[in-house]
Amino acid sequence: MSAVVLRGFGWRHGGRKAWALRGVDLRVESGERVLLLGASGAGKSTLLAALAGLLPEDSGEQEGAVEIDGLDPRKARERVGIVFQDPETQLVMARSGDDVAFGLENRGVQAGEIWPRVDEALGRVGFPYPRDRPTAALSGGEQQRLALAGTLALRPGLLLLDEPTANLDPAGAALIRRAVANALDPDTTMILVEHRVTEALPLVDRVVVLEPGGGVRADGPPETVFAAHGDALAAAGVWVPGHVAPPRHATAPPGDVLLTADRLGLPPRLDPTDLRVRAGETLAVLGPNGVGKSTLALLLGGLLKPGAGAVTASAELAGRDARTPPHRWRAPALVRRIGSVFQDPEHQFVTATVRDELALGPRRTGRPEAAVTATVDELLHRLRLDRLAGANPYTLSGGEARRLSVATALATAPRLLICDEPTFGQDRRTWLELVDLLAELRDAGHGLVTVTHDEDFVAALADRTFTLDRSAGASS
Amino acid sequence: MNRTDSNRWRTVDIVVASVIAVAFGVVFQLWNILWKGSDGPFAFFAPLQSVMYGVWLIPAVLSALIVRKPGAALLTETVASTVSVLLGSPYGAMAILQGAVQGLGVEAVFAATRYRLYRPLTAALAGACGGLFATLFDALYWYPGTSWTTFRLPYIAFGVLSCLLVAGLGAVALTRALANTGVLDRFPAGRDRALV
Amino acid sequence: MINLEPVAAPGAPLARRNPVAKLAAALVFTLILVATLDPVAPAVAIAVELAVLPLFGVRYRVLARRAWPLLAGAVGILVTLVLFAADRSGPVLLQAGPILVTQGVLMTALGLVLRMLAVALPGIVVFATTDPTDLADALIQNAKAPARFAVGALAAFRMVPLLEQEWRMISMARRARGVDAGRNPVAKLRLFASTAFTLLVGAIRRGTRLAVAMDARGFDAGTPRTVARPQRFTRADALLIAGAALLAAGALATSIALGTFRPLIG
Ligand SMILES: Nc1ncnc2c1ncn2[C@@H]1O[C@H](COP(=O)(O)OP(=O)(O)OP(=O)(O)O)[C@@H](O)[C@H]1O
Ligand SMILES: Nc1ncnc2c1ncn2[C@@H]1O[C@H](COP(=O)(O)OP(=O)(O)OP(=O)(O)O)[C@@H](O)[C@H]1O
Ligand SMILES: [Mg+2]
Ligand SMILES: [Mg+2]
Repeated sequence: MSAVVLRGFGWRHGGRKAWALRGVDLRVESGERVLLLGASGAGKSTLLAALAGLLPEDSGEQEGAVEIDGLDPRKARERVGIVFQDPETQLVMARSGDDVAFGLENRGVQAGEIWPRVDEALGRVGFPYPRDRPTAALSGGEQQRLALAGTLALRPGLLLLDEPTANLDPAGAALIRRAVANALDPDTTMILVEHRVTEALPLVDRVVVLEPGGGVRADGPPETVFAAHGDALAAAGVWVPGHVAPPRHATAPPGDVLLTADRLGLPPRLDPTDLRVRAGETLAVLGPNGVGKSTLALLLGGLLKPGAGAVTASAELAGRDARTPPHRWRAPALVRRIGSVFQDPEHQFVTATVRDELALGPRRTGRPEAAVTATVDELLHRLRLDRLAGANPYTLSGGEARRLSVATALATAPRLLICDEPTFGQDRRTWLELVDLLAELRDAGHGLVTVTHDEDFVAALADRTFTLDRSAGASS
Repeated sequence: MNRTDSNRWRTVDIVVASVIAVAFGVVFQLWNILWKGSDGPFAFFAPLQSVMYGVWLIPAVLSALIVRKPGAALLTETVASTVSVLLGSPYGAMAILQGAVQGLGVEAVFAATRYRLYRPLTAALAGACGGLFATLFDALYWYPGTSWTTFRLPYIAFGVLSCLLVAGLGAVALTRALANTGVLDRFPAGRDRALV
Repeated sequence: MINLEPVAAPGAPLARRNPVAKLAAALVFTLILVATLDPVAPAVAIAVELAVLPLFGVRYRVLARRAWPLLAGAVGILVTLVLFAADRSGPVLLQAGPILVTQGVLMTALGLVLRMLAVALPGIVVFATTDPTDLADALIQNAKAPARFAVGALAAFRMVPLLEQEWRMISMARRARGVDAGRNPVAKLRLFASTAFTLLVGAIRRGTRLAVAMDARGFDAGTPRTVARPQRFTRADALLIAGAALLAAGALATSIALGTFRPLIG
């Protein structure tokens, strides 16, 4: 219903020298469905925030113009609905129904009309619980659906979705996509940001590719864009359909067992599980949302105390601590032996700049300063973070933050590395670089456990998979 | 760019002030236990217990320094004490009133500068004034029947000093540390940082 | 440790009253009682409070669990008065070194301890029976509190249980990065302080993002807000407040009639 016009639009975040976006010229007509692509850090999330009128004037510098139906987006918020990358920060109320009603109250919808509209929106996204379900008790995928319902209930003319399926299991992601497809009125304009093009294509009729700092690089119907620029786009980091990633499986047979989980569990988060982790092997842990994968990762990583069963480290991995389980080891010893990458990258940051963040681990393990600098510089370069060395980790884009958190663990080259969703939110180029780095670590004889929903990643790197699921975990 | 142009509260002002209040409402819960637990050790010179007073007033000064809007200190302190009541404060509904009195004391100093000065000295005075209001309230309400000379006046003096240092200057230091992390970028206190 | 669920049976007749009415009743009751220092009035008040407790659906056992810090407070008051009382009239009950306990001292202490309990109980009962969302709704609709502030505070309040989780997460993150305190108490204290600071930073960061999400859904649009959950303030609610005032006044009257009344001021 709403049309978007950008003329020479640019935005520089406060505290940054570089422009997140610059010289963007774009028209989106009413009712169009656009897939917005671009390398990680190209400014996609920033563009959506601009369209939603959520870039406060005092938080950065603007260039050019952006209009929704001829209005400044800050004055056109009524017409726009946005669902962010991270659903948790957009839930406002304690009960699910109240949360959907929140936006309707703000818009001054008549009291009698509110609850029917809430129920309709919850129905459209297939929300499985009654209205009084506490929002704190929802899984990530359910929160995502609720956030979508809260936005759809407002019947926006322009719907903005920022990676709405990141971190969802394939079934959950399909559900959200179906919810979006069902929930859209024919005249609603939609702009969708999603790295994984193939899954998103059925929802859109136009593709726009952003060039980092350089405006719009390609624009048009998907077939035309990919036929004309496919190879160049793939090289620039876009997940062009049909460009498969080269596999990087281990060439040598796996080494010794490093870690054994024996009836390991933590009720009610994880049912008892048996597992062996070997050196020189990539083990992919799969399973639906909420089954306990992250819990398993934290238990294996010596960060949580097991509620049942035990984690035993091999003599080689445990060194001097052969008699104690990993969760009792001192932290500096732990990071040299077992490294962990958390599911939420921000949970892991402890310093104020990207560079310090990378240097922390190697310094803690007592490496000489020159070696620390060399490691840090190499990682910054390979993961395309060099431009951001002085930035605050919390101001990074979703994909940048993910790369940094993986890099912090790679910096100490632990004997065993446990990563929770290491590749989410990555463009093709940074994805390939991450896969290379992890493969190198494994080929050097380190153990690697990755929790993931990324099927391409499993196909490219996993030497063995382990699927957690509730019934099997409980019975075996 | 160094001062927000109007006194109107933006959403981010409201929510961040409330978040500070909520965080300190939880701190108050712990402090209640510490305060009650320290009755024994302080028994020999009970008025000295008020050296712990400053912590109660940190949210008021902190929020005023960050948000810089009329009412910030009063609102934050009142909400913080309400939160501590919701979490089961041993002072009952009275704690809300007490929080309001404390916030009012801090607010008075910032109001006297017409909400223009947010220097360390202003903050220290605001802390001290809040401490005065608060301990005076305590002396009249919680400690009637005690001697003014041996108990109430020393109690007030130590409380004011504690609030000046802990709530006043402590909040200044805390604001600086917070600004260095970049979370205050949307507030006047968090501007002027180097570009990267 | 932190439990936010209302602990009372929701169907109880007085628990269902308007939250603003309950809060006002508690405050009125408290403020009237504050006027006296004698033990009789608060003792009567406590008896009344305990008697109406079942009407609020609060069970005594639950209350006892919530009220334990009060006992610590009572001990504190007693010690303070034994050492620093101004009025040491009446027969001496105990003298040991500088400690001089007279009947007057003991009466004052008893009065203050009972008053503290009498004042604290209504607050605990109100909040044990009140859902924060309902309280914010009622404050907006019945007490004319500014909606933006009440809703903003409510949204922030939702973070309380998250703070506890966040604390565990931060501690884990530090361990995963090779930072721990070992057995050194100074290092432990520093780690505690820095974890607390990180928690505050994280809470403020969450707050700024939440504010953006709220604006995205029209929170700051200036349109007059409507209400999805109407809260009614009925005659029964007015009666609750009046009842609280009457009961407190009755307690005072009892004390005056018995000649034990001691005004706070004067
Ligand atoms: N609040 C902020 N403060 C400072 N810089 C920021 C902020 N948010 C984003 N940036 C920077 O702006 C650039 C664009 O970020 P944006 O989040 O728009 O990228 P993106 O295209 O969405 O990337 P991704 O695919 O990784 O999510 C990045 O370099 C990022 O570091
Ligand atoms: N700190 C916690 N306290 C209590 N329960 C938790 C906690 N963290 C997770 N849970 C619950 O434990 C279960 C397993 O959570 P976990 O995060 O391990 O799942 P997961 O398999 O990693 O899911 P996802 O694919 O969504 O990341 C979920 O039902 C979750 O709600
Ligand atoms: Mg993004
Ligand atoms: Mg997980």
